[in-house]
Amino acid sequence: MKIILNGEEQEHHAPLTVAVLLQELNLRTEQVAVEINLKILDRSNFSTWKLQEGDKIEILSFFGGGSPHPSQLRDENQYE
Amino acid sequence: MSNDPSHDPLIIAGREFRSRLWVGTGKYKDFEETRLAIEASGADIVTVAVRRVNITDKNSENLLDYIDPKKYTILPNTAGCYTVEDAVRYSRLARAAGVSDLVKLEVIGDERTLFPDTAGLIEAAKILIAEGFIVLPYTNDDPIVAQKLMDIGCPAVMPLAAPIGSGLGIRNPYNLKIIMETVKVPIIVDAGVGTASDAALAMEYGADAVLMNTAIAGAKDPIMMATAMRFAVDAGRLAFKAGRIPRKLYATASSPIEGML
Repeated sequence: MKIILNGEEQEHHAPLTVAVLLQELNLRTEQVAVEINLKILDRSNFSTWKLQEGDKIEILSFFGGGSPHPSQLRDENQYE
Repeated sequence: MSNDPSHDPLIIAGREFRSRLWVGTGKYKDFEETRLAIEASGADIVTVAVRRVNITDKNSENLLDYIDPKKYTILPNTAGCYTVEDAVRYSRLARAAGVSDLVKLEVIGDERTLFPDTAGLIEAAKILIAEGFIVLPYTNDDPIVAQKLMDIGCPAVMPLAAPIGSGLGIRNPYNLKIIMETVKVPIIVDAGVGTASDAALAMEYGADAVLMNTAIAGAKDPIMMATAMRFAVDAGRLAFKAGRIPRKLYATASSPIEGML
């Protein structure tokens, strides 16, 4: 079964639940959000929700961030 | 009123916070430096971005292994969102990934300045507040917009000092002062701080807290700068509460005239 995971087309075995997918990716369930075809899947449904052929899945988590402009780090783009 | 900064909690939406310095977690060399700098800053609120997980490197480390969510309040932001739809989508994802309804809402209007799109900000804030989010909006130093954000139910407003990452310090102190006088929710000066005196000044003007990332992470010694910022925010807060003397053009002698030969 083909799914699109974080923008990348992948081949996976079926049936495949979200919980098993996360496990295969070595991701803990408590710090991720899962969006399937633009709908957020509640964490309590991870173990029962079966992915379908062609599903677009986004898995997101928390990353370092305060502002989105890495090019302004250290000495680049100086004003003075 | 106590002079001890540790007895001066910041209260936002019924939650009590010890530190008036909030810090971002971006732009550090590695997670260990992030951890040490945040520890040195004394912050208890740290901002994080929401991004796709790395699906190719299964052993990649996790920021929250270094920043313990039990010890810090994790404040997800919508950095990088240029539309209302994106900002709302990322906020919902942040809530789904996290444990709270807090979001630092950013709707960016322009790539070069990273100035907020304030019309989009108000629209997104309304949607999210209706969904039960606690929205802390990153906004311009515009008193009218700040007022509107308060009116629609934001429990704090976060005007910028200068463009994100610019290090220019407070570019419009008089607007910030007007915001602090007219907007009756906590004001967190967010973005643009360059060095410790900028943070102290923001607090002396009456800001309730200061949020920064680049000023610490981009310093030659981020951990030392985090310590400097901690002192600056405390010093500025104490000076604000103590009440500064008025400015006068001429001297006023400190020593008595009486008793002179």
